[in-house]
Amino acid sequence: MDQGGAALTVTALVGTPTPPDRSATGPVAAGPALRAWPFGLVPAAFLLVFFGWPVATLLGHGAGRRSLQVLSQPEIWRVVGFTVGQALLSTLLTLLVGLPGAYVLHRYAFPGRRLLLAVATVPFVLPTVVVGLAFRALLPAAWVGTLGAILLAHVFFNYAVVVRVVGGLWAHLDPRFEQAARSLGASPWQAFRTVTWPLLRPAVAAAAALVFLFTFTSFGVVLVLGGPGTVTLEVEIYRRTAQLLDLSGAAGLAVLQLAGLAAVLGVSARLQARLAVVQPLRVSDGGTLRRPDRFAERALLAGVLVSVAGLLLAPMTALVLRSVRVRGAFGLDWWRALGTVDAGTTRFASPLASLRVSLGYAVVATFIAVAVGGLAACAVAYARRGGRTLDAALMLPLGTSAVTVGFGLLLAFGRPPLDLRGTWIVVPLAHALVAVPLVLRTVLPVARSVDPRLRQVASTLGATPLRAWASVDLPVLARAFGVGAGFAFAVSLGEFGATAFLARSDAPTLPVQVVRLLGRPGEQSYGAAMALATLLMAVTAVAMLVTERLRAGRPGEL
Amino acid sequence: MRRHPTVLALVSGLFLAACGQGGPTLPPSAVTSAPPASFAPVTVRLVTHDSFALSDATVADLRRRTGITLQVLAAGDAGELVNKAVLTAGRPEGDVLFGVDTTLVSRAVQAGVFAAYRPRALDTIDPALRRLAGSDAVVPVDYGDVCVNADDRWFAGRGLAAPGSLEDLADPRYRDLLVVENPATSSPGLAFLMATVARYGDAWPDYWRRLRANGVLVVNGWTEAYTGEFSAGGQGGRRPLVVSYASSPPAEIVYAADPKPAKPSTSVLTDGCFRQVEFAGVLAGTRHEQAARAVVDWLLSAPVQADVPLSMFVFPVRTGTPLPEVFQRFAARPARPLSLDPATITAHREQWVEEWTRVVLR
Repeated sequence: MDQGGAALTVTALVGTPTPPDRSATGPVAAGPALRAWPFGLVPAAFLLVFFGWPVATLLGHGAGRRSLQVLSQPEIWRVVGFTVGQALLSTLLTLLVGLPGAYVLHRYAFPGRRLLLAVATVPFVLPTVVVGLAFRALLPAAWVGTLGAILLAHVFFNYAVVVRVVGGLWAHLDPRFEQAARSLGASPWQAFRTVTWPLLRPAVAAAAALVFLFTFTSFGVVLVLGGPGTVTLEVEIYRRTAQLLDLSGAAGLAVLQLAGLAAVLGVSARLQARLAVVQPLRVSDGGTLRRPDRFAERALLAGVLVSVAGLLLAPMTALVLRSVRVRGAFGLDWWRALGTVDAGTTRFASPLASLRVSLGYAVVATFIAVAVGGLAACAVAYARRGGRTLDAALMLPLGTSAVTVGFGLLLAFGRPPLDLRGTWIVVPLAHALVAVPLVLRTVLPVARSVDPRLRQVASTLGATPLRAWASVDLPVLARAFGVGAGFAFAVSLGEFGATAFLARSDAPTLPVQVVRLLGRPGEQSYGAAMALATLLMAVTAVAMLVTERLRAGRPGEL
Repeated sequence: MRRHPTVLALVSGLFLAACGQGGPTLPPSAVTSAPPASFAPVTVRLVTHDSFALSDATVADLRRRTGITLQVLAAGDAGELVNKAVLTAGRPEGDVLFGVDTTLVSRAVQAGVFAAYRPRALDTIDPALRRLAGSDAVVPVDYGDVCVNADDRWFAGRGLAAPGSLEDLADPRYRDLLVVENPATSSPGLAFLMATVARYGDAWPDYWRRLRANGVLVVNGWTEAYTGEFSAGGQGGRRPLVVSYASSPPAEIVYAADPKPAKPSTSVLTDGCFRQVEFAGVLAGTRHEQAARAVVDWLLSAPVQADVPLSMFVFPVRTGTPLPEVFQRFAARPARPLSLDPATITAHREQWVEEWTRVVLR
């Protein structure tokens, strides 16, 4: 999948810490008669029909002798080695750069903090080719085409994953633990190592797993910034499916990738469970934010701001500047050109039309994702058994090549009575597949946090299970749905791989149109592409700021 | 200030010129089936890649004259387009397919994607282009040449003559100057590899060894090569030679900022160009076969043929179609473009790419 979608997932994990009462109430499923399966029915069906069936159809179509043969080629194992190696390095590097950022952005009070958090999310929706070109222009020539360039771009895309997943927990850690350690004579480092780090580890493990997942399936970054020698499994699957029509070989690789993914998800779930610490968390982050006063704190803040400026803001600013830079002077020519490029031809798509199409898909995808993801979260939270399986299964689309899903949808929904080809609904459906895991991660902790005793009280007062759920859980869940909706919206806005693949007759979405413009010569094509990319960034930043506001308001209600 | 009125005027001028012209007519025996002149209102779905474009005026003209409403389903590149068509052969996504090129056409034909149709206007097309179809199931609609482009300003500034042949590219005078696309991931990259196969035969790997020794840079796609690495791409690229198209210089003018420069800053190396023809055909399994045939006829009609240069930056196949001025002046017309038989391409494509990868990248 495109980096874009993936990275967002994380945010959610973080923002919803387990509230203090959970350890007191014990296992969650105690609510009488609140069954998990009615909630799980729709998500399971959605996953089976729009992911399981298409992918199985394609794999079945392709499976053959060559599927196994391809796995015996030393060439492929070199690709596997590179894929895993670069993903591990990317994860490590992102953690190194992201952890200080997580701390500073969630524990220090300073002006512009929320804006910075929102801006850090914008890279998720940028088409990788746009970012790749910006990096190409900013990096020294010797870097381009090397592993270094790929790692740097992966940090750019995944920085916010670490900041949000880890920072979300950090913001709610009770500062009195560390204060106690300090008053007993521990140095700041000792206090961090012996007190804070053990509490933080589950979130770090979650963030690491997500970054690994996204970089393991990296596609656009590797193509645009890497050289021809840097090939990931995802690139190889794409090449075999979309170019060589070697579906048999592609099926072997896709199964290998899915198996690897399942292994990572399994290990990560186990690790997170083993590291999990039941702890009283501060419900509101207001109490943990403080002004950086000491010299060392200010130095840390400055260091983080510099790294954010250099790593995140510089490439984004470069894109914005290019949209207003015309032959060495500032001007709005490219923005004006948006209305006239290709006018009078079948390829013409006004920026407004593209924006409208993008927003339309995003709204529908968001509805689907919130409905499916929200129900799934409840199912996973209330289930005694099978919850983890559903959870993991819903994560799989994140790690599956867009071209596998695209060809699968084409084959599975290509005959009556359900011929969805060429219809608009396939696009938001494909987007929702990527967005559901995100919504799930956002809503799940909240669903788990609702005290089942409240439901029991409602029941004893004569409420039916549904009524009890609707009056006890739903109001609390509603806010989490809002946050999840924000991320689903952003994922849909930025999705490129599946969108570009699925044929439709309406205007191209913003990312697709950006990439189309970049596919031909001329300074105007490039300038107009930069203007559209800037528009996309702005829309995303606004969506993220709105999400931030929703999140900010939430904890007080729990 | 805005450029479009001029281009539109140019296009409509051509359009009128082309309409008045009319192609040569041939005996009706050459025609398998002449479609009726007009239809009850029907929508024909044209499946194509996302570089497809024609002027709205020609599409409106189709509707006015035949009652056919054209719905364009554009997605992905030519490779994805063909593979989707192969996977859905017999129950197609649409009625007509446009955009399968020389390097992929035999894969589609062999899979039974197309229902054979031989339009009357086929006889207005250069037989050399028709031969490149390798089959009667598809008809050529346009063609273009993949050629090395040079940054004129860069060479003028160094007092060095731009290279004149494929051989020059391996000459140490042009060391570290060329950027090419990876044939495994890029269609112009694949076309350039085929140009060297067509020129050097079985000895093509030796040529690439020499290019490698001469510092050729390989990137994965056209955008990375032209916009990212080419010194005339406008984004700080450092290499003055790039594999692109013979029509890239006119595109540089049409898509330039206003005021338009008098001439492009790039030129084309006309030796070693590979000819790519784009074909169209009626999709087997369509429910609107007659209307689909009418759309194929329309693609070969004078107005559409006059429209393709400025819409898609390719050359019309219909002989006698007037070219827009910017094409006449700045697009290269290689005297002896290279080509390969479609069946040979299908048989060896993968093997060539694997061999190329070994020689150039390992």
